[in-house]
Amino acid sequence: MAVTTHNRPRGTVPEQPSLLYRSEVRQVIYQALLIGGLVFAGWWVVNNVAENLQRQNIASGFDFLDRTSGFDISQTLIPYSNVSTYGRAFWAGLLNTLLVAAVGIVFATIIGFIMGIARLSSNWLIARLATVYVETVRNVPLLLQLLFWYFAVLKNLPPPRQSVALTGGGFLNVRGLYLPAPVAEPGFDAVGIAFLIGIAASIGLFAWARRRQMQTGQQFPVLWSSLALIVGLPGLLHIVLGAPLSWEYPVLRGFNFQGGIVMQPEFLALLLGLSIYTASFIAEIVRAGILGVPKGQKEAARALGLSNGQMLRLVVIPQAARIIIPPLTSQYLNLTKNSSLAVAIGYPDFVSVFTGTVLNQTGQAVEVILMTMGVFLTISLLTSAFMNWFNQRMALVER
Amino acid sequence: MSDTAAEVSLAKMRPPPHSTTGPAAWMRENLFSTWSNTLLTLIGLYVAYLAISGAVSWAFLNATWTGADGSACTRGSAGACWPFVQAKFSQFMYGRYPEAERWRVDLTYILALAGLVPLMMPWVRGKLYLSIYMLAIFPVLAFLLLYGGVGLEVVTTELWGGLLVTLVVASVGIAGAFPIGILLALGRRSNMPIVRWVSVGFIEFVRGVPLITVLFMASVMLPLFLPDGWTIDKLVRALIMVALFSAAYLAEVIRGGLQAIPRGQYEAADALGLRYPQKMGLIILPQALKLVIPGIVNTFIGLFKDTSLVLIIGLFDLLGIVQQNLTDSNWFSPSTAMTGYVFAGLVFWIFCFGMSRYSMFVERRLAAGERR
Amino acid sequence: MKQLIKLGVISALAVTVSSAALAQARTLDAVKQRGALNCAVNVGLAGFSNPDDKGNWTGMDVDYCKAIAAAVLGDPAKVKYVPTTAKERFTALQSGESDVLIRNTTWTLGRDSSLGLSFVGVNYYDGQGFLAKKALGVSSAKELNGATVCVQTGTTTELNLADFFRRSKMTYQPVVFEKAEECLQAYQAGRCDVYTTDASGLYAQRLQMQKPDEHIVLPEIISKEPLGPSVRQGDSQWFTIVKWVHYALLNAEELGVTKANIDQMMTSSNPEIRRFVGVEGDFGKGMGLENDWAVKAIKAVGNYGEIFDRNVGKGSRIKIERGLNALWTDGGIQYAPPIR
Repeated sequence: MAVTTHNRPRGTVPEQPSLLYRSEVRQVIYQALLIGGLVFAGWWVVNNVAENLQRQNIASGFDFLDRTSGFDISQTLIPYSNVSTYGRAFWAGLLNTLLVAAVGIVFATIIGFIMGIARLSSNWLIARLATVYVETVRNVPLLLQLLFWYFAVLKNLPPPRQSVALTGGGFLNVRGLYLPAPVAEPGFDAVGIAFLIGIAASIGLFAWARRRQMQTGQQFPVLWSSLALIVGLPGLLHIVLGAPLSWEYPVLRGFNFQGGIVMQPEFLALLLGLSIYTASFIAEIVRAGILGVPKGQKEAARALGLSNGQMLRLVVIPQAARIIIPPLTSQYLNLTKNSSLAVAIGYPDFVSVFTGTVLNQTGQAVEVILMTMGVFLTISLLTSAFMNWFNQRMALVER
Repeated sequence: MSDTAAEVSLAKMRPPPHSTTGPAAWMRENLFSTWSNTLLTLIGLYVAYLAISGAVSWAFLNATWTGADGSACTRGSAGACWPFVQAKFSQFMYGRYPEAERWRVDLTYILALAGLVPLMMPWVRGKLYLSIYMLAIFPVLAFLLLYGGVGLEVVTTELWGGLLVTLVVASVGIAGAFPIGILLALGRRSNMPIVRWVSVGFIEFVRGVPLITVLFMASVMLPLFLPDGWTIDKLVRALIMVALFSAAYLAEVIRGGLQAIPRGQYEAADALGLRYPQKMGLIILPQALKLVIPGIVNTFIGLFKDTSLVLIIGLFDLLGIVQQNLTDSNWFSPSTAMTGYVFAGLVFWIFCFGMSRYSMFVERRLAAGERR
Repeated sequence: MKQLIKLGVISALAVTVSSAALAQARTLDAVKQRGALNCAVNVGLAGFSNPDDKGNWTGMDVDYCKAIAAAVLGDPAKVKYVPTTAKERFTALQSGESDVLIRNTTWTLGRDSSLGLSFVGVNYYDGQGFLAKKALGVSSAKELNGATVCVQTGTTTELNLADFFRRSKMTYQPVVFEKAEECLQAYQAGRCDVYTTDASGLYAQRLQMQKPDEHIVLPEIISKEPLGPSVRQGDSQWFTIVKWVHYALLNAEELGVTKANIDQMMTSSNPEIRRFVGVEGDFGKGMGLENDWAVKAIKAVGNYGEIFDRNVGKGSRIKIERGLNALWTDGGIQYAPPIR
């Protein structure tokens, strides 16, 4: 696409081509046409929408966000009821999407890494099993898998009165997974503060150990001491204060279990579907990342006398991470976007609540769809901003 | 004499070394090399046993094979309910396409295969004519056959359904996405800033939003974009949106191919005095597209799976029609849903897995070409 | 590639132009010119609009489409059904994709005022009810405190449900689906204690269950759901036609005009019937139709009572009582202004 350059022998007078044949002029014309076309198309669409709305007396504008919604949402992270506004329904839905995405990302990453490493296992059977998993799951539509989990698997769980009792006071039935909820009693704040102090101290310790290693070459067992600080300190305090944390167990009352933490089957199905599906892609990324580290690197690490663990931690993982993380991030983004399929199985995610119910109740399709797209674009732009920052940080420093 | 001597020497011989070939050696090497490996193998065997025995007993041993309605599947064991698939098979394939006209769909499939199969075989000659057939002649034939007109009865699109809709959406989607994707990829690498910004803006916008919102846009927003009285068929609206959506992903794949073409090729084309369309059409694109065939096939696999989303806007693709038939009260049984989903999953899997194998085949062939 | 783009454009245009109407203010002209009525119906609700395996549409709303097509075009088969989900239905009408929306849609002030619709009347007086499993041991909606309720999204049903529980100071857990069939599947699986929608829908969908006898419709009706056809605002001629096709079906029942006796009625001496069949007066012409518009409609689908019985009443599997939908002369509230 390089601009044609006119390299002529010095001295000859270039014959001036007609204005239309000069590439600069033509480029200006092309671009002007493009802009003109886009502006016209934009004007045409906006004009049509405005005309259609006005002629048919359809409401427009964003005032509806302050109006009372009048419907309920089955699961919300912020206080919400049918007297809340549409604007609040927007946030309730968005938070539900972020919740399922965040939990899904954690599970997908864990399953994906295990499967990716299993595919490279020297054990033939394990590698085969992982391959079968990846090839099966990747080649079936996610929507089908969600419907499968929801309508074919979770639907066959027992009704509330014949719930499966789990060890530790949880219950599983067709209405969801009921787990005991921790209830903080007076004094528990101290444990929380101790936890925060532990984290802060670990960060300080890490910095100090690094500096010391740089200066003296001596290593300090940072991992174990941080664990002791983060887990041990609050744990000790917890015991000293007489365990100021009790559990609220779910109890069958009326139609349903009451109390405890409820994970609705819609949430479980979405979580299962999203993590298992995305994990099959992550497994391939992990495999490619590990295979992408040249064999010579490992051999060099061995020659230096590094132990197996040191080799992985100091040589293989940092290099594999550089290959893995960019496609991994785009898988995370895909998972977040795919969570919009919740609409098919009734989980109240952002698309289901806002682009579904709110759109239907207000009839303001243009505003609602534009806002929906705006939200997803924001999430994806933030992710790519992070990616760029990360790539710059991780870029190979060639010396 | 000599016999005893031989016996003595045999008795003193050491046992032969472990064989390094043969199944036993292979198993020792790959399954039981260390204690931890043996443990993993045992766990793996158990998992494999659970999966295989579960699948076999569900799909074969405990399955119901005959029956006129769901009651046949309710009694006894909880295996698959195959008569359900049998009874609904033609619906799963054609939707509500009128029975008397279904030969038109079959004929379209045959015409498509007649062009596609030789086109996909690298050793068949005459690719140019095949391409012309597939790109110019077949679409017209397919449209006339499926929709009707010129003597054939018109079958409106709301009667289309099942695998037919899945294949139509996927193939029209990719065919429409191709030219747009090429233009976007060229635009993104253009040295005209406005063209570049517009292409980048479009690609990033589309890649940033989920397909489902784009489909919602097609079903509730697009109609308001058109002047009063203009309407577009619902299926066509979905097709346009699917094509635009995949075009953005395809553009990124093609851009990868364009970047991989050595600079010398561009310069050589310039030196020959080729104009931009000639340079791209004759020199760069043929090479770039060939490089990214696997990527294109992967995009197509993604698109093929994504066609199932049209069920959310009320079109009945394969999954949509399966889902709809699950509510048929005649076929109510505990295993109907599972059977329906497994059947649909199997159909999708065969297509997607087949395509991914084809893409790997092409990749290997290309790699072999590169090594030369 | 170029041919492909061209072809795509051409085929899209072919579809577009074939259904393009000129000006929306003249829906009638557009329908006549096109030779087909675009009728937005439900994607599938037994008794109202439901395609059978062969793709033939049946149901009460579908019969209304046929009646309008017969009155306007003289042929009940000249209908192009536009199946719509709850989300798409209003856009389908607003954008001109359909000429009339007959999709068990509740007439509300909000829809009349801010969605650009005009409801022409009520072809089915409905109310929202609850469906519960008998095994649950519930006999009244007042006992539903703490229940899990399956409901379809974006409907008036969803709002009424919230109102009802707020009014009765009870709590509930909604499970919201995009389509009725998903609600039904979830309810049958035991995901919900009760399923709520318009009572007609409850009766119809109960039939889709494996053992209909195991489920009861609770006696409480918690809302008014007047369902009726609607058209775009701003075309009073078309509004009048759709409205009077509805009234003609009602008047026919009141006058005793049926699909079977319509031919004898042509020679009736009763002035009301003579006006109805168009041998007296110029009522059809006044709307831009033929004078025998009502005859064609009745010949196609029969009168209101026949439509009701065939699709949802005693002649159908659903067997809903006429109740409010009986004529005013029979204790119901279906009442049509006279043709004169």
